Amino acid sequence: MHPALSVIFFTTATGAGYGLLALLGISAALGLVPPERWLGLVALGLALTLITGGLLSSTLHLGHPERAWRAFSQWRSSWLSREGVAAVLTYVPAGIFGIGWLVTGRVDGLVAVAALAAAAGALITLFTTGMIYASLKPVAQWHSRFTVPGYLIFAVMTGAVLLHAVLHLFGNDARGLGMFAAATIILGWAWKAATWRHNDALKPPSSANSATGLKDGTIRSIEWPHTEENFVLKEMGYRIARKHAAKLRRLVHLLAFAVPLAAVALALVAPRWLAVLSACLAVAAQAPGIVTERWLFFAEAKHAVTLYYGR
Amino acid sequence: MTSLPARTEKQLGLVIDLDTCVGCQACVTSCKEWNTGGHMAPLTDIRPYEDGADGVWFNRVHTYEQETKGASRTVHFPRSCLHCAEPACVTVCPTGASYKRASDGIVLVNEDTCIGCKLCSWACPYGAREYDTDVGVMKKCTLCVDRIYNQNLDEADRVPACVAACPTGARHFGDLGDPQSPVSRLVAERGGVDLMPEMGYRPTNKYLPPRERKACGVSDAPALEPAAGGLLGWVDRMLSR
Repeated sequence: MHPALSVIFFTTATGAGYGLLALLGISAALGLVPPERWLGLVALGLALTLITGGLLSSTLHLGHPERAWRAFSQWRSSWLSREGVAAVLTYVPAGIFGIGWLVTGRVDGLVAVAALAAAAGALITLFTTGMIYASLKPVAQWHSRFTVPGYLIFAVMTGAVLLHAVLHLFGNDARGLGMFAAATIILGWAWKAATWRHNDALKPPSSANSATGLKDGTIRSIEWPHTEENFVLKEMGYRIARKHAAKLRRLVHLLAFAVPLAAVALALVAPRWLAVLSACLAVAAQAPGIVTERWLFFAEAKHAVTLYYGR
Repeated sequence: MTSLPARTEKQLGLVIDLDTCVGCQACVTSCKEWNTGGHMAPLTDIRPYEDGADGVWFNRVHTYEQETKGASRTVHFPRSCLHCAEPACVTVCPTGASYKRASDGIVLVNEDTCIGCKLCSWACPYGAREYDTDVGVMKKCTLCVDRIYNQNLDEADRVPACVAACPTGARHFGDLGDPQSPVSRLVAERGGVDLMPEMGYRPTNKYLPPRERKACGVSDAPALEPAAGGLLGWVDRMLSR
């Protein structure tokens, strides 16, 4: 599948934003983070900026962005429509949570309820994003049990690493969240490794035989209907060289998981100034790491239509 | 609504005979010619006479070599929308622009409400949908919905343009929901198949596999029996000296 930058930025940015919102909502409601106004402004501001920026970038690849409002109508059948509805509805409790926190300086009562509702909305939105890909049967690498948990795990992981850095910057105790972030990185790492192992051993359900209905023998494409790449090949025929994929996977191992894990672990034991630096390093390494992970998610996915082109 | 109709009154579709298709591309060009002025017009071409030519086509003909034990054959393979009974391209549509008609099962796109998100093209394993970069909406085969019910055409011409154009009669149009229709009987007779049945989209269009052929291969020509008598016998004796 063609790795479109707008969709890669959308899924990674909203992933981190919703992950951060979910963690902030839960930990604020449970009193795990202090309800300081500046902390609330920066952390919630960061979450909502990532979410809103991601959602806006997702409209960039539309042929008619001015009609985007129509996408809220088909929630009965379409996961993309459900994602849109969930994303917009989540703004309501998130707004009450944010305003309540900033105005009252406390997260209790109605504000705590809104905080938990915002967290639930964030997780539901992430689930719908994962389902958009998991429901597509023509892409065997996506139509798998690994896709939806992957979207949720990577979102919570990037959100935790972000919140960890924000807490350190504001001089708060981040030991509990540091340990949680480390656990999510280990889980994410294991999940990605398992996903790649699964995909590498994958036997797609379709073949050139089933695609053409010619049951016997070997089917060899000897002439395409067109001499240049058409929309179908540009959009769904993307191929990545195996040696590049291997190199990029190593980069993901390093930047998305290994460096952030080491940096978060160091922040647990280091003196304050080093802990702050280390927590920020985790964010700086994981951002390009998770973007590379998402790029590979698209680039390594093989669409069934490529069978017609002998690919 | 992108929710699918529980059942459709008819299941209009095509039956394509891979035995008789000669890959002449007549169905491709007549489709383009009709539809660039039809329901989904225009079928935009981008840089048609330069490097990187691109454009929207509803029907594409591939050519394959099928190699079986002791025999190979060339198979020309027209590929277009199969107007599936369970088209995921319709259910994934977030706006309701894609729909399947309850009356005849034809899958269409409303160009006025399509936002051009391209998710429907991802959901189609058959590559039937092509995005028009110029207009910013998705386009696809309409089964010539503007021909098959067109009162201004002679009754014989009320078939999709690709069917009308085929010089070898490799394309057939009709109601595949009616088991007694000529197309349904043809499918039963020739063992017509679904493409990628494992996807579960239940395509309406059917493909007729090429008929069995004698195995070809290299073998020695049979030795001639020597002629016994007459002029040929004399020639045979002379040449055999």
